[in-house]
Amino acid sequence: MHLAYPAVLSALLFCTGLYGVLARRNAILVLMSVELMLNAVNLNLVAFDVWLSRTARDTLHSGQALTLFTIAIAAAEIGIGLAIVLAVHRNRGTADIDKLRDTAEPHGPDEATLTEDEKAEATA
Amino acid sequence: MTTTTLAVLVPLLPFLGAAAGLLLGRTAPGFVRPLAVLPPLTAFALAVVVAVRQDGGRAIDAATELTPTGSVPIELALHIDGFAALVAVLVGLVATCVQIYSTAYLRDDPRYPSYAALVSLFTSAMLLVVYSGDLMVLLVGWEIMGICSYFLVGHYWETPEARAASLKAFLVTKLGDVPFLIGLFALATDAGSFQITKILGTVASGGLDHPTLVALLLLAGVAGKSAQFPLHTWLPDAMAGPTPVSALIHAATMVAAGVYFIARLLPVFEASSAALVVLAVMAAVTMTGSGLAALAQDDIKRVLAYSTMGQLGYMTGALAVGDRGAAVFHLLTHGAFKALLFLAAGVIIHAVGTNSLAAMSRMGNLRDRVPDAYWTMTVALLSLAAIPPFSGFFSKESVLGAAEHASTGHAEGIPDAAGWTVLVAGLVSALLTAAYATRLWLLAFRGRGVEAPDHGRQPVAMTAVLWVLAVPSLALGGLAYGRLPGWFDGHDLNPTLTTSVLGTGVALAGGLVTYGAWRHTTALAARVSLGAVAAHPDADGGLAEAEAGATHTPAHGDMATAPDPADPGRLLLGPLHRHAAAGFHLDALYTALFVRPVLAGATLVRFLDREVVDTYVRGASAVPRLLGGAVRRAQTGNVQTYVSALLAGTVVLVVAVLLVATGA
Amino acid sequence: MSLAAATHGFLSPTGVEIAFLLVGLVTFGAALVTVTTRQLVHAALWLVVTLGGLAVEYLLLTAEFIAWVQVLIYLGSVVVLLLFGLMLTRAPIGRSPDADSGNRWTALAVALASAAALVWVVVDAFRTTWIDLDGAAAGSTAVTGASLFQNWVLPFEALSVLLLAALVGAIVLSRKAKAEPSPPPVNSRAATGSSPSVPDSRNHPIERNSPAEQEGAL
Repeated sequence: MHLAYPAVLSALLFCTGLYGVLARRNAILVLMSVELMLNAVNLNLVAFDVWLSRTARDTLHSGQALTLFTIAIAAAEIGIGLAIVLAVHRNRGTADIDKLRDTAEPHGPDEATLTEDEKAEATA
Repeated sequence: MTTTTLAVLVPLLPFLGAAAGLLLGRTAPGFVRPLAVLPPLTAFALAVVVAVRQDGGRAIDAATELTPTGSVPIELALHIDGFAALVAVLVGLVATCVQIYSTAYLRDDPRYPSYAALVSLFTSAMLLVVYSGDLMVLLVGWEIMGICSYFLVGHYWETPEARAASLKAFLVTKLGDVPFLIGLFALATDAGSFQITKILGTVASGGLDHPTLVALLLLAGVAGKSAQFPLHTWLPDAMAGPTPVSALIHAATMVAAGVYFIARLLPVFEASSAALVVLAVMAAVTMTGSGLAALAQDDIKRVLAYSTMGQLGYMTGALAVGDRGAAVFHLLTHGAFKALLFLAAGVIIHAVGTNSLAAMSRMGNLRDRVPDAYWTMTVALLSLAAIPPFSGFFSKESVLGAAEHASTGHAEGIPDAAGWTVLVAGLVSALLTAAYATRLWLLAFRGRGVEAPDHGRQPVAMTAVLWVLAVPSLALGGLAYGRLPGWFDGHDLNPTLTTSVLGTGVALAGGLVTYGAWRHTTALAARVSLGAVAAHPDADGGLAEAEAGATHTPAHGDMATAPDPADPGRLLLGPLHRHAAAGFHLDALYTALFVRPVLAGATLVRFLDREVVDTYVRGASAVPRLLGGAVRRAQTGNVQTYVSALLAGTVVLVVAVLLVATGA
Repeated sequence: MSLAAATHGFLSPTGVEIAFLLVGLVTFGAALVTVTTRQLVHAALWLVVTLGGLAVEYLLLTAEFIAWVQVLIYLGSVVVLLLFGLMLTRAPIGRSPDADSGNRWTALAVALASAAALVWVVVDAFRTTWIDLDGAAAGSTAVTGASLFQNWVLPFEALSVLLLAALVGAIVLSRKAKAEPSPPPVNSRAATGSSPSVPDSRNHPIERNSPAEQEGAL
């Protein structure tokens, strides 16, 4: 099989995940996109492991081992990430990433009152 | 102790008393009165001892250099000649009297501790000026007096008049002090020393390069301190201070300092005939103008203030004709009787609760209420009017004699014009002096109308010092005119026949004319009712005076005058009265000439600062603020934006690296 | 498996390649729908399709153990977790018009640029590289297990520690808000927490729409 197939698929999946991370508003959807990116990497790892194990007689199977580790770490990541998102949601009443702008420079009184309103809304 | 040690103690003791009074004033109120009275008293005693030891002989000189001060050395120097010794005795006497008087006069004043300390400091500064043999040290005392007068004139700082008066006194004297300081530097540069003896030595050898310039610059400071035309305007307003302060300023310190300073450095002034003419004209204008103004004043203290300016005019006149003996002689007698006049006026104000002569002229029997003040004030007024054989007669005759001596060309190096100016002005103001003294006496003690209120006897501390001061007012002139030349330059101080007859004649004429006018106008007194009631008859004199001063303007419309047709001054002055009451509108003139332009300039500067200079500052801040705002806009707080920018940058970098790596 | 060993060419694809290509297209399409759909729950379901497609791809690449692990962990647990998360954060069921943030066009540009760069690089680099899929499976359970426990045992154990840390961390993160004695008003929502058994939840009558009730409704 041509190595370009899994490699290109992996690249496309990665960029799709990238788009999702950058474009999605809901934090959980962002987490999903992160999963997509991780899976793209996994596909890459597996494909190159298969290729290397045949052509270079690699017996370490480092690609597959790393894939397993990645999956485990991804599971841990999704657990922690969800816990964080839930905590944020409990505190702020929203999981929308573009509303979590506490580090923003206040431009003027208008915006400050706006965030105050948002907070009041969130509290109610 | 040596005479030098005693002389050092004389200014030092009141200074220490002032420092201790300020420190202990709050914590130990019991010590305040002893600390106020004893140091000046001791200083007075020591000054007497110093005077006795000096005895008009050779001047005592002592100097110690604390530290090298460059090309022109400044030394702590004493220079005690006959003038210094006698003036110090006068200062000590008046200061002691004022302090004793104040213990009763400001008995209940909450600020008495600081007041007493300032009076002591004032005395100490004046004694420093008197004894100092170094012009820089003299300047220290000179400036301390300026600031003390500021504080003491503003003693009742709750009232706007007192605040304005103290500020005016400070600013006007300061206005003279700036040229004075420059003059001192110029003098020291010419002479190469600040020491008076060396300067006088330089002058004697003709080593002074710019005598006229130096003399005129020094004259400005003297005019400010001694309230000579045209810097005299602070003195009448300074009446807003308590009466003992007025007595101190007018009799012994402050105004006397200017005259004394010229007396010390008279050779410098004599080196320039132009300066002498200016001095003579200044003295003449001050004498006659103040005499006219005094005749129109209603406030008893303002009458006395203008009379002080007139008598200081006599002294500067004597200096202008080169006779400093006569000047200091008049300074001594004037110090005694003017202190007495002010202190007695304080007693009267305390007794009747008003400072208005018009109101006093409508009270009968005032002299029986305050017999001590009546008798002593009579003595002092006779002395002021130069009626023989009172002290003022001899000292004024010595001045007129010196002027006559100079006008006939007998005085060496003195322009005839100066002599004539002083002689004519002196005779005219002798007439005016007698007139306003008579007016004051008649209005205050020969009033008719309601019985003056009876508040019991005045405190002994206040009346006793009147009698103490009455002795030199009565007898100092007669006893001293024969002996003083030995202490002074040796000029004869005996009254000459011509001037005696002339002076006494015009004085008598002035008194009689005033009496006639009073007889004529007193019938009108009953028609217009002007009265005054002491609000707090049992309070101390300070409070009574403060209340009297505060009620004068609302009651009569003006501090200086009252609408009283029974005033003989109104009849005598005729159309001139209105202008004389306002001090010939000099204040208004100065307001138009100096105050308004300065205020306009301040407004302009404020405008330039706020609208022009600040525009650049605001502009300089606005541009970075705008740029910062633009950059700040990128700081949205949105994580996705940040990551997008980060990744876009990464992609760009990767592509660039690839292109470079592949050699594309 | 295909027998195309001697001559390789794009014009003569093997059956495996065709299968890989088709499944890859499905996977990519599902991934695109995942990141673009307006229905949040659908996104999670499309993610299942994507991850399942990837599992098939692993199988096609003879990595069977990885494939089953993928199915077990991703499809079995991660997606379920994500669905729970969606529910707990009160994600609207149905179309939500604001699923994408305002950053969308920037994101699209960045994604396209990086995709172009990556595809260009990958294709340029592996234009002539072929995987020989014949012979024993490269990722059978036996092979993977042997490799894992012979060569990778130490990282494997370390990974267990990491998982433990993540477990503790997740618990701490969930419990921390409850441990606060008096939360400030802004954080009052945290007081009820995500557990319905919080005793003082009745002290907050306003919190009718709190996540606790959402969870309870589930």
